[in-house]
Amino acid sequence: MSMTMAEKIIARVAGKTAVAPGEIVDADVDVAMSHENAGMVLHHFKTIGADRVWDPDKIVIVFDHRVPAESERTATTHKTIREFVRAQGIKSFYDVNVGICHQVLPEHGHSRPGELLVGTDSHTTTHGAFGCFGTGIGATEMACVWATGRLWLRVPETIRIEVSGEFAPFVGAKDLVLHVIGQLRADGADYKAVEYAGATVEAMTVASRMVLCNLSMEMGAKVAFVAPDDTTLDYVRQRTDKPLQPQLPDPDASYLQVVGVDVGTMRPQIACPHHVDNVKPIDKVGEIRVNQALLGSCTNGRLEDLEVAAGILRGRRVHPETRMLVIPASWAIYAEALERGYLADLVQAGAVIVNSGCGPCLGVHQGVLAPGERCVSSTNRNFQGRMGSPEAEVYLASPAVVAASAVTGRITDPATL
Amino acid sequence: METLLRGRVWTFPDDVNTDVIYPGRYMSILDPAETAKHAFETVYPEFLQRARPGDIIVAGKYFGCGSSREQAATALRYFGIACIVAESFARIYYRNAINLGLPVVTCPGAAAAFKQGHKAEVNLARGRVRNLTTGRELESQPLPPLIQEILSAGGLIPRLKQRRADAKA
Repeated sequence: MSMTMAEKIIARVAGKTAVAPGEIVDADVDVAMSHENAGMVLHHFKTIGADRVWDPDKIVIVFDHRVPAESERTATTHKTIREFVRAQGIKSFYDVNVGICHQVLPEHGHSRPGELLVGTDSHTTTHGAFGCFGTGIGATEMACVWATGRLWLRVPETIRIEVSGEFAPFVGAKDLVLHVIGQLRADGADYKAVEYAGATVEAMTVASRMVLCNLSMEMGAKVAFVAPDDTTLDYVRQRTDKPLQPQLPDPDASYLQVVGVDVGTMRPQIACPHHVDNVKPIDKVGEIRVNQALLGSCTNGRLEDLEVAAGILRGRRVHPETRMLVIPASWAIYAEALERGYLADLVQAGAVIVNSGCGPCLGVHQGVLAPGERCVSSTNRNFQGRMGSPEAEVYLASPAVVAASAVTGRITDPATL
Repeated sequence: METLLRGRVWTFPDDVNTDVIYPGRYMSILDPAETAKHAFETVYPEFLQRARPGDIIVAGKYFGCGSSREQAATALRYFGIACIVAESFARIYYRNAINLGLPVVTCPGAAAAFKQGHKAEVNLARGRVRNLTTGRELESQPLPPLIQEILSAGGLIPRLKQRRADAKA
């Protein structure tokens, strides 16, 4: 029977030879990831009455949402989790100085093709960039995974997105995926799997593929894949000794929908307030002044993002009425950007460099917005009130647009600088 | 399980996301009763002032989209919301609600059939939603057996505890 990537991986983890969309199966989890909400998972885990987690080697915990702790409450949660990790013998624990979970897991070899990775974070779809079935679950469900190593999964239908053409300068993965979300709408892939394919995707770096899979959550995807190839396997093999079991879609697999996109004439895309599917090409956005330009997050805080921003800001100044915040997605990226001089370029231009973490993306700390303020951001959500005041506005854009806008103080196409 | 849920209706539009249901700044709160005090606080403050335990939410499509934060379901469950009826739900919210024992019913046509303050009656086993104010009756898919089983146990954890106790006995 021909299967999509989602179907093949679910069949494997359910111990079946084949599965079909709509089927509900019991699946074995390969990797169970949490961030600070491990505190809530632990709270639920205790109520189950289990003493030990099912497999400490399959649990990964990363502090990233509030790092370093912004309050006594968070500090207490961090402390509780550190003690739990030690008591249970969980070795894959990453404290406040490592980075954002969706960057840290790939960097440390936890995101492996063909495996099932569940995370208590919606953007767990990111790991599909490595051909890994990454999907988000809640804290209660994770507590049951900690106890049993299993969960139920409904086999999703798959949408295939075939991408062709070459990007214009300063246009890339973020613009492509925003365009796709604008077309399919915010619920266009609700409960479904997505596969990105085509020559344009095959030519992409690992970092760019992660942008596609990360943001697919914003059209509701349960999981989003790029089929593993040499680019994927080179990256993963440098980071783990575990035997890999990559799964590829069958050529005659059955898809709910096949969407073709040619990026050749694509301009930078902007998601306007307050919905991620409110997407316009930059020339249709109009004159939008911005108080803050935010470069970072699990979507766009990687080395290639800092590189493009440094290139634009080198020898220029951040606009006097705009604050620019830069948050490298991990400490490995932070260190590399430091060594390559990108951070010097950004700091000399007037940007503020913030510790690797989620920070202002979800309105917790390190750069939230006042009423009436506007932010152009390389993050993943522009929901009303998400980054602070409900009377603030967030425009989502690529790192290049964020950097160009920081210079001019209004949303700007970098090609016009 | 032929439970009939009856309650006063609170209507919400399409695409209500979890940041709106439960702001990120309260995510470090662990106590569910405390969590419930912040439901819809930022964008719909009147909810906290006027909604009552036993009320039923009727929403448009894609209720609960966005972040996987479970507190968006916890807050409504512990506020005492009896049931959420929506045109459609976002995947993770749907799972979270069921896992916490908060009934969710996908019911096309619901948003147009209810106004704020109407009375609703929901039959979970049959997937039937009635507007007791207008008399209008809507049919939807009954919940799959696995989901009904989790809900009638009171959520995923009570069900797991029961199974562990059964396995020991």
